[in-house]
Amino acid sequence: MALLQITEPGQAADPHDRKRAAGIDLGTTNSLIASVREGVAATLPDMEGRHMLPSVVRYTAEGPIIGAEALEQAALDPHNTIVSVKRLMGRGVEDVRSLGEQLPYRFSEESSGLARIETAAGVVSPIEVSAEILRSLVERASETLAGELDGVVITVPAYFDDAQRQATKDAAQLAGANVLRLLNEPTAAAIAYGLDTGDEGVIAIYDLGGGTFDVSVLRLRRGVFEVLATGGDSSLGGDDFDHAIAEWLIEESGFEGDLSAELQRALLMKARSAKEALTSAEQATISHSDADFKVDAELSRDAFNELISPLVDNTIRACRRSVRDAGVALEEIDNVVLVGGSTRVPLVVSKVADYFGAQPLNDIDPDKVVAVGAALQADVLVGNKPDEEMLLLDVLPLSLGLETMGGLSEKVIARNTPIPIAKAQEFTTYKDGQTAMLIHVVQGERELVDDCRSLARFELTGIPAMVAGAAKIEVTFRVDADGLLSVSARETSTGVEASVEVKPSYGLTDDEITQMLKSSFDHAADDAAQRSLAEARVEAGRVIEALGNALAEDGEALLPAQDIDMLQQAIKKLQERLSGDDTRAITEGTEMLGRASEEFASLRMDAAVRRALAGKQIADLDNEMSDNEV
Amino acid sequence: MNFNQNYFEIFGLPIEYDIDPGGLSDRFLELQKEVHPDRFASSSEQEKRVAMQWATLVNSANETLKSSLKRAIYLLQLKGVELEENPQLPPAFLMEQIELREKLEDIEDGDGDLDELDSFKREVKGVVAAIENKFSDLVTEDLAKAEVLVYEMQFLNKLLIAANQLEEKLLDY
Repeated sequence: MALLQITEPGQAADPHDRKRAAGIDLGTTNSLIASVREGVAATLPDMEGRHMLPSVVRYTAEGPIIGAEALEQAALDPHNTIVSVKRLMGRGVEDVRSLGEQLPYRFSEESSGLARIETAAGVVSPIEVSAEILRSLVERASETLAGELDGVVITVPAYFDDAQRQATKDAAQLAGANVLRLLNEPTAAAIAYGLDTGDEGVIAIYDLGGGTFDVSVLRLRRGVFEVLATGGDSSLGGDDFDHAIAEWLIEESGFEGDLSAELQRALLMKARSAKEALTSAEQATISHSDADFKVDAELSRDAFNELISPLVDNTIRACRRSVRDAGVALEEIDNVVLVGGSTRVPLVVSKVADYFGAQPLNDIDPDKVVAVGAALQADVLVGNKPDEEMLLLDVLPLSLGLETMGGLSEKVIARNTPIPIAKAQEFTTYKDGQTAMLIHVVQGERELVDDCRSLARFELTGIPAMVAGAAKIEVTFRVDADGLLSVSARETSTGVEASVEVKPSYGLTDDEITQMLKSSFDHAADDAAQRSLAEARVEAGRVIEALGNALAEDGEALLPAQDIDMLQQAIKKLQERLSGDDTRAITEGTEMLGRASEEFASLRMDAAVRRALAGKQIADLDNEMSDNEV
Repeated sequence: MNFNQNYFEIFGLPIEYDIDPGGLSDRFLELQKEVHPDRFASSSEQEKRVAMQWATLVNSANETLKSSLKRAIYLLQLKGVELEENPQLPPAFLMEQIELREKLEDIEDGDGDLDELDSFKREVKGVVAAIENKFSDLVTEDLAKAEVLVYEMQFLNKLLIAANQLEEKLLDY
């Protein structure tokens, strides 16, 4: 089609070229990237054939080192080597300390919000650490797929709260990745299995990773994955098994006092090896000997099971709750899927089998299944499979609430509500002439605000001065398909929009992100301009292509000839601007084209809805319309 | 998009209380397949925004229509009935409520038997089902009476929530 001649140097001119998309499993211990190639979704290895990238970043004065090379140095350089950063995402220092473990980092004291770590390369936030991991994976994929990625799907634990999700999305932005969707890990796993088997029915996904536990109950019907309920514990995982073993080792050794960071790390690594050995062996030997600490211990499978049994029982309790939330009977669950490396632990398999009364599925590598599912979803979202019927309907994992008088949380949107969703709540002023109001948004199930996660504080300003109780402020909470919250407010008696200033409790502000993006280009000033231009061109190209396709499909059926002509002209104008290199002109042109096509977008959606209800094609509606005119 | 459409119209269903849950759920899936933002992940911002609005509307409509209590309240609203915050309830109904509450307390104070709690919940649900049946007829004939039935449903719903909370406690969640 002539409309689609947008070429960039070094890029294929054919618009029907497959787009490059990838699924990323940003894990606590390891991360993976997968892509669909020739119809098959598979994880992509690095140059040395390794699929898993240890989620480890070591900061040195010369720059960051990522992955296996960083992990090797973890015990030697614990302060500068950040492992399991996922557990710090969207968390404050106090939360991290209350995880009940000693982390060998020097936390920066300057900020009370998001935890920040002092390293040889300066202070870094968990978001930046995650961005390094993502950047490394995205580069790997660009090399393998021979070109920049058009979009990625990044997985998060279903149980992640808004702050953790936002932190993940911010990390992707810093890494320069176009996020098509944040996808819940269990849902990704279900996709990986679901598409292979074409099953219909209720599935439970038991996902025990390094640092998080998730359980989700999904119904698969007519190609739609509907999440019925989700639950879990965002700070429970296989790492806790390592900690349990390490604590046992310390007890065995009779050591008292504070462990050095190096020793802690060394013991944890030995504990992990023992855990892995006990997957097949009945007995594991652990020994360590240095000036301060000596231990030589035998750990039997039974003794190990006893150590971790309370932790595994916690996961089963979460399963019970989710099954109940889902409103299904245990017998209705047709399949149980195991995800995450920690489900290799035999006790986990047997306890899950006992509870669900069925042998769980684990024939797709539990380490890779999430990335594979994410890749399949990315392939659909990027537009490589226009006829694909698959759709995911997710739910809000944790209730959203507001602080009310007395430090109580008033639930605005209940957990397991399907998303996207919007709810409005009305507030009033309590003082005469009050023009501002502070609103504290929290997430969690507990009654007291202090027991919930603080997400953000919103200051509403510009409320017209009235007597107490006269102003009616309607605050609307929107949760998008990624599970991310946004807030808007309006004074309903006068219609005045109150402005909302967001102060994320444990995240980066937009300004900070902009600053970080800028500073990452400091060493190459031209880069930033080049990149903005490239991004503007990609966005313009996307809009032109989308509108071109839409016009080809539904234009004649839905629009009078002059409107089609107007839109074609608008497309042409933007194409002309594309040949220049004025970033602003291109961005403005894109916005103008967007506004011009707004009505058309609405009409198309209305037609799609009618079609869905009537089971008719647009062509039929068109015929009806012309019949009426005759 | 026509925001003046009511939830029944959005799903192409007649504006009446009785609803076929299977049919509702089928229509919900068909609509989401068309309007969900994931269908527009590579489209323009305008299409994404329209999709987001529609998907939100379809979710809200589904949440309202699939709950028998929310559907009843919504239907009354459509008919112009504004519900009171602290309504008067018939004394006979209140007597029955006191008995049910006492029963629940007895279960809690006793050894918290889950089977007893189960049969209690079944009993309450039976009472609710009978009220819903009456509501279905009255909502077309006598709005004032239908309104009272909704207050009764709300009352019983709170009782069921209390029963569920006790269940969570007994199951050690």
